[in-house]
Amino acid sequence: MTIHPDREEQQLSPNRLLRDDDTKFASGKIAFFQYVMVGIFLFLVTGFWDLQIRNPEVYQERAERNSIKSIPVLAPRGKILDRDGRVIVDNHSSFSLFLSREDLRMEHLKPIAEGLNLDYDALVARVRRFQTRGAPQYEPIMIKDELTPGELAFVESHKDPDTFPELEVIRVQRRLYPRDGLAAHAIGYVGEVSESELNTAEFARFHQGDVIGKDGIERQYNDTLMGVDGQRRVEVDSFGNQRRLPEDEDKDKEAIPGKNLQLTIDLDLQAVAELAMENRKGAVVALDPRSGEILAMVSRPAFDPNLFASRIRSKDWKDLLDNPDHPLLNRAIQAQQAPGSTFKPIMALAGLETGVIDSSFSVHCGGGETFYGRYFHCHATHGQVELHRGIAQSCDVFFYNVGNRLGIDRIAEYAEMAGLGHKTGVDLPHEADGVVPSTKWKIRNFREKWYAGETISVSIGQGATTVTPIQLAAAIGGISVGGMWFQPHLVRDAHIAPARRGNVQPENVQKVIYGMYGVVNEGGTGGRARIPGINVCGKTGSAQLASNELLKGTKLGEIMKDNAWFVGFAPMEAPEIVVAALFEGGVHGQFAAPIVRDVLKAYFDKKVRLGEPRPQMASLPRLLAAPAPPAAPAAVNP
Amino acid sequence: MLILAFAICALGVLQIFSATHDTAWAGAWWKQVIWVLAGFIALWFATLIDYHTLLAQVPLLYGLSVATLIGTYAFGMTAFHSRRWIGTTSFHLQVSEFVKLVIVLLVARYMTELKTEQLELPDLLKLVGLVGVPMALVMIQPDLGTALSYLPILAAGVFVAGLRWQYALAILVIVALVLPVSYFFVLKDFQKARLVSFLDANQDPKGSGYQVIQSKIAVGSGALWGRGVTKGTQTQGRFLPVPHKDFIFSAFAEEHGFVGVIVVLGLYFLLLMQIVQNAQTAPDRAGMYICMGIATVLLFHILVNVGMVVGRMPVTGIPLPLMSYGGSNILAEFLMLGLVNNVRLRRFVN
Repeated sequence: MTIHPDREEQQLSPNRLLRDDDTKFASGKIAFFQYVMVGIFLFLVTGFWDLQIRNPEVYQERAERNSIKSIPVLAPRGKILDRDGRVIVDNHSSFSLFLSREDLRMEHLKPIAEGLNLDYDALVARVRRFQTRGAPQYEPIMIKDELTPGELAFVESHKDPDTFPELEVIRVQRRLYPRDGLAAHAIGYVGEVSESELNTAEFARFHQGDVIGKDGIERQYNDTLMGVDGQRRVEVDSFGNQRRLPEDEDKDKEAIPGKNLQLTIDLDLQAVAELAMENRKGAVVALDPRSGEILAMVSRPAFDPNLFASRIRSKDWKDLLDNPDHPLLNRAIQAQQAPGSTFKPIMALAGLETGVIDSSFSVHCGGGETFYGRYFHCHATHGQVELHRGIAQSCDVFFYNVGNRLGIDRIAEYAEMAGLGHKTGVDLPHEADGVVPSTKWKIRNFREKWYAGETISVSIGQGATTVTPIQLAAAIGGISVGGMWFQPHLVRDAHIAPARRGNVQPENVQKVIYGMYGVVNEGGTGGRARIPGINVCGKTGSAQLASNELLKGTKLGEIMKDNAWFVGFAPMEAPEIVVAALFEGGVHGQFAAPIVRDVLKAYFDKKVRLGEPRPQMASLPRLLAAPAPPAAPAAVNP
Repeated sequence: MLILAFAICALGVLQIFSATHDTAWAGAWWKQVIWVLAGFIALWFATLIDYHTLLAQVPLLYGLSVATLIGTYAFGMTAFHSRRWIGTTSFHLQVSEFVKLVIVLLVARYMTELKTEQLELPDLLKLVGLVGVPMALVMIQPDLGTALSYLPILAAGVFVAGLRWQYALAILVIVALVLPVSYFFVLKDFQKARLVSFLDANQDPKGSGYQVIQSKIAVGSGALWGRGVTKGTQTQGRFLPVPHKDFIFSAFAEEHGFVGVIVVLGLYFLLLMQIVQNAQTAPDRAGMYICMGIATVLLFHILVNVGMVVGRMPVTGIPLPLMSYGGSNILAEFLMLGLVNNVRLRRFVN
């Protein structure tokens, strides 16, 4: 392996050969080389100029996107407590799986769906929806919550950058509701904000994937409970490993946890009320007439809000919607039913106040009476009846006459004074109004004039009259404290409207209350509500499902049973609690009375157990406190 | 010249430290320091031995090179899909780096012996054949970048020696014809992918274009002043591939910005100017050819490596002279500088 052996042989001294200089000939070429060098260096420098000086922002932003991940820190929702500070709704930790859209590759969705038993098409649709909504890239997509340990293991073993870098597990706080639907309707439930909701003004401020209150307290007080999600900035390397740099900490946004919410609900009372309903359909509302604080609110059948705590399965949702008993309906504030005889205390008060009757006014009940050419039945034959017996025995004929004397508009005036016919303003969404018919009402709704015959039905709480259980409890509660109506509310420091003081005479109120005392304690219709040692007052109601449309709706020859109502309060001397119970299809009010009795008894038992009377509100006018009731209760009490 | 070289090396060591300080390569900067010191000794040796003596030994060196390359191909270690190294895992040398030196000497001697001012075709073909053998051997390793880096040495020699423009034109035409053919028949798949990604880096951002894109992001995000030593997220987050070797300059550009880039490119420029100046003042043709060959090979490395970093050259595994981590290239480069020094010291001999 030699080069040009011939020449080497000729010139034996390599030094002489190689030192043959005269490099001048090349100087021009070397100069040219230098120009090329300059050219190449300029070429390189312009490359850096382009990247580093002309638009470094583009690359800085991309570097940031490469390396900085913002991980949402979900703010825990506030707990919901009962009036004694006991936890009703708590949170528990669970793991949710998110897709980071920055790293998302559509072809990964299939194996991810398979690995986690997700519906592939639904997953793709969900990702597409995010894209079409134009949500910002950093907004991750929640695809599964309540990860099981198995699913968690799948995610952990596949979330490396070479497999599915888009997988992101976040520890979240989930709602934990009481079992068996306890207070389910009052509390409501949370859920992910839906797309249709996002397009409405009320929900516009939320982001896709936010979990918000959908119903009940959860919805009404969502802003208090929700808190503000934070952000944690972490630096990741190309392997997905996270590193925290000190300067990232300054850019973190702390999650602000939601505030706890203390309700006026008493868990003990709530539980008793729930149990008292057994499997009945209906509602119970117990409230403190001195403040409007709701102590218990039951609606049955109930649903399990925990179904909503994670994403509700469509089958569960469909079952709830298709259930003929409408378990999602909060009957306590949404069931609008004829009040039946529970309306009579209001009629009595109206009669006394307007002077169309006095306590000596009496009628003869022969089992019915004819008004305006139509015979109206009474449920019994009461003979001669004055006010006290009229209420105690719930004599329809007596109240037909009172109503006939009052006329519909004066009835309506007093019913509305008691808070019927419009929302009570309870701090829950979707409260129903109920109906208090009047001439105006009829013209407005039917473009027809009022017939005097219709007044007769209204007098006993039938006809077009409807109330919700909470309205009835509030109305009777207001009467029980002498004509002062407080806005019912569920949250301890809710902003409530000032109490409405009715323009009523205390002695008239006392007469009505005494009548209701008779209902329970003098062989009246509500004897089943009696509690030894406590003067319980109350009123039964057995209301026909008079509404025409409802009757039309009945099929299969099923007999529409009357609804049973009972509304009671105690103690008569200074009422602390009023309870209204609706037992749908309960036939007679006396069957609703035990529900109310159970709740009242539980209330007073608890007071005894605690050994101290609940503090009284000093500012409250104790209208009833001054004169003793007309008939000494001691005569009746054992 | 030495000061310039050491300045560049020092920046290289700093950048190696910054790029690897919390990785498995954490000790690399220290090794690099040792290599640089070893390089300095090599430089000293290369300066001591008269380059004429070396030129006299070109046939031996050439034979040794070819033999070693064949040996490497047959028994060498495999890393990154190619066989380039000989030795054990803890100590190994990349033979092809040293072959550069031999080629520089080969071209210098060949051209000196011709003594003409214009190259004749047979002589040219002979030289091409001589360079072509080791080049082909390196190419089948496969290490296209290093193999290609032999060509500029040849080209510079031929250019300085003088070439008829007809030949130059013919060569251009042949190259133009050979390129597409070689794309389909010579290049391996990953090499094709690199070329494609050079032409359109965004085509497959997670695949072969990834390196270029990440490098550009790194460079661009450095902006004017850089993000500071160990503060570059591209480098520290290891988005940048091999930030202590081939992509050391992206890492440097990210952490030191445009200002740092200008400083380093300036250092390189001055270094090259010194070498070229040595070529001009060389005592004889041989010295001139040596200096020009070395200047060309270094320039080629800088062009291809730095050009790659800013996305203006395809990705090839060519290290940046004096900065990139690696024993073989550091040693080879210091040997080259030693040769230049050698030529410089003998300029007044005659």
